[in-house]
Amino acid sequence: MNKLFQWFDARLPISSFWNAHLSGYYVPKNFNIWYFFGSLALTVFVIQIVSGIWLTMNYKPSAAEAFASVEYIMRDVEWGWLIRYMHSTGASAFFIVIYLHMLRGLMYGSYKNPRELIWIFGMLIYVVLMAEAFMGYLLPWGQMSYWGAQVIISLFGAIPFIGPDLALWIRGDYVVGDATLNRFFALHVIALPLVLLFLIGGHIMALHEVGSNNPEGIDIKKHKDADGKPLDGVAFHPYYTVKDLVGVAVFLFFFAIVVFYMPEMGGYFLEKPNFIPANPLQTPEHIAPVWYFTPFYAILRAVPDKFLGVMAMGGAIFALFLLPWLDRNPVRSIRYRSPLFKALLAMFVISFIVLGWLGMQPVTPLLTFMAQFFTILYFGYFVALWWMSKNEKTLPVPERITR
Amino acid sequence: MSEQTVASPGAVSGTTEPSVDLRRRRFLTGAATVVGGAGVAAAMVPFLSYWQPSAKTRAAGAPVEVDIGKLAEGQMMTVEWRGMPIYILRRTAGSVAELAALDGGLRDPGSEVDQQPKYAQNAYRSRTPEVFVAVGICTHLGCAPTFRPDVAPADLGADWKGGFFCPCHGSRFDLAGRVFKNVPAPTNLLVPPYAFMTETRLMIGSDAEAQA
Repeated sequence: MNKLFQWFDARLPISSFWNAHLSGYYVPKNFNIWYFFGSLALTVFVIQIVSGIWLTMNYKPSAAEAFASVEYIMRDVEWGWLIRYMHSTGASAFFIVIYLHMLRGLMYGSYKNPRELIWIFGMLIYVVLMAEAFMGYLLPWGQMSYWGAQVIISLFGAIPFIGPDLALWIRGDYVVGDATLNRFFALHVIALPLVLLFLIGGHIMALHEVGSNNPEGIDIKKHKDADGKPLDGVAFHPYYTVKDLVGVAVFLFFFAIVVFYMPEMGGYFLEKPNFIPANPLQTPEHIAPVWYFTPFYAILRAVPDKFLGVMAMGGAIFALFLLPWLDRNPVRSIRYRSPLFKALLAMFVISFIVLGWLGMQPVTPLLTFMAQFFTILYFGYFVALWWMSKNEKTLPVPERITR
Repeated sequence: MSEQTVASPGAVSGTTEPSVDLRRRRFLTGAATVVGGAGVAAAMVPFLSYWQPSAKTRAAGAPVEVDIGKLAEGQMMTVEWRGMPIYILRRTAGSVAELAALDGGLRDPGSEVDQQPKYAQNAYRSRTPEVFVAVGICTHLGCAPTFRPDVAPADLGADWKGGFFCPCHGSRFDLAGRVFKNVPAPTNLLVPPYAFMTETRLMIGSDAEAQA
């Protein structure tokens, strides 16, 4: 057995890879609960790939058959309901995990030098994930699938000059139709998952090059022992592989509760109008995207101008890309930053949640005003952060990890 | 190995390797990149054009004929053309007369923006004052606006004289599909090309009036 392994190891970098990325990869010893969400995101990615492949075995990507084929999977295919609910719950779980993972980055300054590129890779993953989720949502060909896609594709129509032709090119028809459904299927099951895989690879490679940040924001590479190992670090394997497995177990516990007992999550994970087949002649009374898009949707609706609304929506995502350069304070962790920073971050999180709620509500003058107010607060975070971080009064950051 | 003189100015001097002509190498690299790049750009054309509406889709845009004989005053019907909902509305003489009074609250009361054929660029945005034809797709983000003929309903306010309300983002249009100010939709509803074949038969998607 050992000889067989050595035969392979001489021809494939097995043990050197294992050493570089697992047993010899040193990670700060003080990770807290916020550090579970990276490995959980990877877990959900695997769940989505596996359940997704199984769904394609019975799904029919055509306007005439799509809705019925999903119902067929739900009712007639052995365990089809479980695979489908795993996939639909996985979509929402992916965003819950990713949003918490991103908030961790905001709190502990994980986007700062030297981890800017990790943050950029992460943001690209987030954007591709949104495209992936959006295209996947069209596939059941329900009313919400249809009209959601119609609205989102029309966003591209707001771009001056090329907009209408671009929207036509994306749809492949004058309205969302069979051509749109079929190409979204192709992008959803092969193109975007491949892109995601490469981006995740880049994210992790960039991370392993510079090493993980930690709740203290302390650089553990400054203090090493005689062997060159960080004094405040532990090997990723076995210490964090085992710890992350516990996280995965806890996550799967909650995941299973949703899959088995509340797969629709009261209309938040699977919206009720989506149980009606798509009807191109009638828009549902009230349409809203799935919960993970609603903060941006609220920003779009808050602006009473088509082009500027689309710009504000795009800007809300783009601003996040710039965070490593907007935050000019070298202190990473929120633990050593000023009360003003803590207040700003709290304001940002609250505006994001309130905008998310507003994006689900029908339009009324009061709610539109609220959406405008919280849109200003959302963007205000980035402006205020740039302004206050230059001369911020911070606490002294310790040299070593002591807590 | 024999001594060699260095010929090109960019080459490393003092080596025993054969001299490297870096200018020549740069030129070849550049030329290969340009030619290869042109090839990649040309190869993109079929891949990108593949996404355009197919010949079958374009053919499905043929005109459709509609019988509006049973359409009563104040009623609206929806037909499908190019997969899009087409609203056909028979307005009452009273509501036609009220259109002019709304001009002040509209973004484009005179239909200056090119959202209709020439023959519909008038006060009613239609060939005849009563029958109104429009694409039932909101010019904001493509929802189908709801036909709301009721005057001054509770949810739309006392000033509402009847029109189209988009439930998605709250855009409002009057009974001629003209957009109100302070709503997200930028332009009036699109009027498709259409023509009367007879008094009660409409052709949607074609400009040509039947020769009587």
